[in-house]
Amino acid sequence: MAALQERPVGFFTDTSICIGCKACEVACKEWNQLEGNAPHFTADSFDNTGQLDAQNWRHVQFIEKIPDNKGTIGTPIAGGQAWLMMSDVCKHCQQASCLEVCPTNAIVRTEFDTVFIQQDVCNGCRDCIAACPYGVIGFNEKTGTVHKCTMCYDRLQNGLQPACAKACPTESIKFGYLDDLHAAADTRLATLQKQGFAQAQLYGRDTSAYGGLNAFFLLMDKPETFGLPNAANATLPSRNNVPGYLGGAVTAVLGLLAGVLAFRSSRMSGEQR
Amino acid sequence: MPEHFAVAPNWEWWILAYFFFGGIAGGTYAIGTLIRLFGAPADQGAARTAFLVSFIALIPCPIFLSVDLGQPVRFWHMLVDTSAGGPSFKYWSPMSVGSWALLLFGVFSFVSFLGALGQSGTSALSGVGRWLAGAAGAAWSVIGSGLGFFIAGYTGVLLAVSNEGVWSDAGWVLGGMFLASALSGSAALLLLLWRGRHDAQAGTVTRLEIADRNFVILEAILILLFLASVAAAGTIGKLLGALLVLWLLVLIGLAAPFTARGARMGAPAVASPLLALLGVLALRALVIFGGQL
Repeated sequence: MAALQERPVGFFTDTSICIGCKACEVACKEWNQLEGNAPHFTADSFDNTGQLDAQNWRHVQFIEKIPDNKGTIGTPIAGGQAWLMMSDVCKHCQQASCLEVCPTNAIVRTEFDTVFIQQDVCNGCRDCIAACPYGVIGFNEKTGTVHKCTMCYDRLQNGLQPACAKACPTESIKFGYLDDLHAAADTRLATLQKQGFAQAQLYGRDTSAYGGLNAFFLLMDKPETFGLPNAANATLPSRNNVPGYLGGAVTAVLGLLAGVLAFRSSRMSGEQR
Repeated sequence: MPEHFAVAPNWEWWILAYFFFGGIAGGTYAIGTLIRLFGAPADQGAARTAFLVSFIALIPCPIFLSVDLGQPVRFWHMLVDTSAGGPSFKYWSPMSVGSWALLLFGVFSFVSFLGALGQSGTSALSGVGRWLAGAAGAAWSVIGSGLGFFIAGYTGVLLAVSNEGVWSDAGWVLGGMFLASALSGSAALLLLLWRGRHDAQAGTVTRLEIADRNFVILEAILILLFLASVAAAGTIGKLLGALLVLWLLVLIGLAAPFTARGARMGAPAVASPLLALLGVLALRALVIFGGQL
């Protein structure tokens, strides 16, 4: 296998052709030797993975818009679909919230423009978990560190595509150089819109969400349906730095005044011990 | 209206303990400096107590923080970049800035602690005590107070610089609210320690009470602003339900300094600052746990 060039790579996940087989989840666990969580019965969904976390670096979401007792679907989906499926994964954001807050520099950007957690540097502070707007990162009690999709960094270094993309039977998950993927996504979106899927849209293809996502999606409904913040809500944690410190500084000045008002009277009146 | 999909980092009891003790350490240092610079000679004993309390409260802080880490022995990764070499400092990451601030504040607090011991009669440390009583010592205390204010308040900014509901919704107010709360809790603790002392001047106690009430008023205003912020963001529901008990403790803590006015001895003199401190703890618990529900 030819070595990959050191160019931005990514995933283009086309949810319109995902069949929910979970081959991506299995391939990911096998390659990355993830034990997985104990299975649990969710009772209201075919999704028994639940969420992305330290053991689930791929998660096939089942968005079930099943008809209610009256036989109507709450929110009709273009094309009359009752199920939406999406293989969720770390987005490898261009402006990554996790990388931004990480105090130890354990989270780095690789030569392939992906976001990677160095396990020998991470000290398990979990600040990245609070920062990640997609709920991607999980804490592993055994290792005492946080984990997420590495985009199979070891495979990339050896010229191989990530395990999930390799295993996907419908090519819903496409791996490649980012500019190639963008072109493929644009073509696919145009085709779907021509077929009447008005809700079809690309998420993370442009810079409106975190400067662009290396793992971007073709969605068949609005982003929030899939647990993805829309452009207005795709905000970095650092937005609160200046207002936060400013609020603290103003309070410090007011606190100083409050203290001075309380203690200066004694000095002015010349009170002695 | 903001929508949040972030999951909880499971910051729990160790973090709550750090936020509380860090707030007291920073708050008492700042109050000690205020008394040192603006108080009467009769008040200087309270300033010494404040500096002693500050360092004692600070001692467990790095322990709490390290124990909370998944890899406690890697606590030093906060300060040293083990992958690129050199110091690890990111001014845009409150956790990174806070780690350095904690280290620096530890130096200031420790020296002031030694000085307070020297001024209290420990002859081996009398030189430090004399130095801190002079102009250079005043400058030292002022710089230390700046760091103390930071330690007391940055924890709120740390929570705000995230994508969690509640925390990031009140981004501009959380740091200030924790700071004001730390000041009121610190004043309450000094009152608790100072009221019963036989050598305590009535004037000193009165001034501490006034300072406490001033800080509580500031804290109450900031709590209202915090509530308005989370209500506007639509996440106030996370702070209700089972957490109403904590709100009750916060309210009692805010009211306490106004109920024991002038009490020198007995139950009210002890209960009032204890309830105020409990309120400070409850406020932090509310924010930490409420944000992760």
